[in-house]
Amino acid sequence: MKAIIKVRNVKTIFEHRVVHDGLNLTVNQGEIYGLLGPSGCGKTTLLREMVMLQKFGGGSIEILGYNLENIRQDDAQKLRRQWGVLFQAGALFSSLSIAENIALPLQEYTDLSPKMIDEIVKFKINLVGLKCRDALLYPSQISGGMKKKAALARSLAMDPKLLFLDEPTSGLDPISARDFDALILKLRSLLGLTIVMVSHDLKSIYDTLDRVAIIDNKKIAYEGTLSEVTSVQNEFIQTFFRGV
Amino acid sequence: MTASFLTINNVNKKLTLNFSGEFTVYLVTKYHKQIESINLSKIESVSIDFSELELLDTAAAIFINTLQKNLQSKNIQNSLICHKQEIVESLELVKKEKQVAGKIPHTPKQSYLEIIGKVTHKNYMELLYFLSFLGEMFHTHAQSLKSFKDIRFKEIAFEMNESAIKALGIIALTSFLIGLVVAYQSAYQLKLYGANIFIVDMLGISILRELAPLITAIVVAGRSGSAFTAQIGAMKITQELDAMRTMGFDPYAFLVLPRILALMIAMPILIFVSDIMGVLGGMLVANLDLQITPELFLDRFQDVVAAKHFFIGIAKGPFFAFLIATIGIYRGLMVKDDTQSIGFNTTKSVVESIFAVIVCDAIFSIAFTNLKI
Repeated sequence: MKAIIKVRNVKTIFEHRVVHDGLNLTVNQGEIYGLLGPSGCGKTTLLREMVMLQKFGGGSIEILGYNLENIRQDDAQKLRRQWGVLFQAGALFSSLSIAENIALPLQEYTDLSPKMIDEIVKFKINLVGLKCRDALLYPSQISGGMKKKAALARSLAMDPKLLFLDEPTSGLDPISARDFDALILKLRSLLGLTIVMVSHDLKSIYDTLDRVAIIDNKKIAYEGTLSEVTSVQNEFIQTFFRGV
Repeated sequence: MTASFLTINNVNKKLTLNFSGEFTVYLVTKYHKQIESINLSKIESVSIDFSELELLDTAAAIFINTLQKNLQSKNIQNSLICHKQEIVESLELVKKEKQVAGKIPHTPKQSYLEIIGKVTHKNYMELLYFLSFLGEMFHTHAQSLKSFKDIRFKEIAFEMNESAIKALGIIALTSFLIGLVVAYQSAYQLKLYGANIFIVDMLGISILRELAPLITAIVVAGRSGSAFTAQIGAMKITQELDAMRTMGFDPYAFLVLPRILALMIAMPILIFVSDIMGVLGGMLVANLDLQITPELFLDRFQDVVAAKHFFIGIAKGPFFAFLIATIGIYRGLMVKDDTQSIGFNTTKSVVESIFAVIVCDAIFSIAFTNLKI
């Protein structure tokens, strides 16, 4: 199995507070990998460090063979085209309609004809379970669940190999959340995606994740499959997975 | 990674399209051109060969699907050779999703009449909103006057510091420079007539009565009015205003009134500072350029500049402050649920408040002249 993401000994310090003190984890190709942990443990921070939104204090992160620490500008740009990121609140561009949001990376990065872009946008909209007639609506006119789906469609626009999801099912109703899980599994098998997600949704964790890393107390408390997680003596793990 | 290319073989009216490597979104246009360059009318059957293809992304799958449909509509037989399960699956997926009815609608074009109507209606509604805003504000104002202890003195003091005291430096500097420039320009003209001493009359009246209030108002509108809009607009986007309402805090009492009152109290003080600095600037030029000593300047100042000019200038302050603060806050409340609207409304707030201040000043000018003040 090929390692897609290698996080080695990563340290993060905010002003006077140590957030990560030597994190190590490996994400393999084709996996759905979960980052779990109590609030404020730095899951989203780690995710932001992986997608180069935030600098880390020490150690190294390697993604798709690129070392993020001293990555060149054009390599970084190449890397950014190979991943998709879904933010917690969607982060759709509010001045563009849903269809324009999805079409934007296609227009910027490819030489496709407008007709072909339309086709792709329509396909992605259907794929994530939105309706074509919603395509002209603006982000301020749609519900939270629709925003998430539209944002997922946008992150899939370029057919990335790697997908980062920040709490994909938070704020969704249970039915949409399960649909979302099913969608993620389907996309993984169809497009051969590797998915890294931060999640709090137990159902979604058990349904989708292959392997997890649990960050607690600045370190990785556990990395591996879910079947063995409860054997770890850790307060968060015991509380979180109790009753499952 | 192996090289990706498309080989086309045309033997006996049978076309073979040999895809190899990876077929991704970046190659769609290139392959499309390659295939289009063939005259399809003489072809009887097309075989699409994916046996050497490693990866087919969804954009490419859509392209293949469209191509197959195209061939079918031209009655050309087509076949697909593919061994990889994933590729077959993505083609199936595209086929399935394509059957879903519906098209992405395009924004309908608007006629000029429609645009004029919409703009008129929008402006009319904005006027109504502004009136309702004023109404609600006066209502809250009246309520807060009913009980003295409900006035939020702490917030008023905080806003006075934020929007007025911190603006002192820039207002002082601007006024000083304006005093300097006006004096310098007129000194040249006055020297021609030997009317040097009249610079005192001119500066005294123009600065105290008109320039200081206007400059102060413009600086405050640009500095504090825009800040009001941005602050309240951001609070609206993050639903803080809604949260306040649900907790029973009236945003008008908490956010609107303190800002308006603070600015109305602080504006006369700012104008006073502006008066001092403007006259100082003029005095400096008079001394250097026209050889009028500060003693002579001040002596003449007392003789010719009546106190009413000073009081008129100061009295304009609260009116200007009211206009700037209400327009700034009103624009903040008009911010909609998207990020662009903050910028739009901040711009509007500054432009509108400066315009309102100038109109108000003109009205004062006419009124005072007619009242012979």
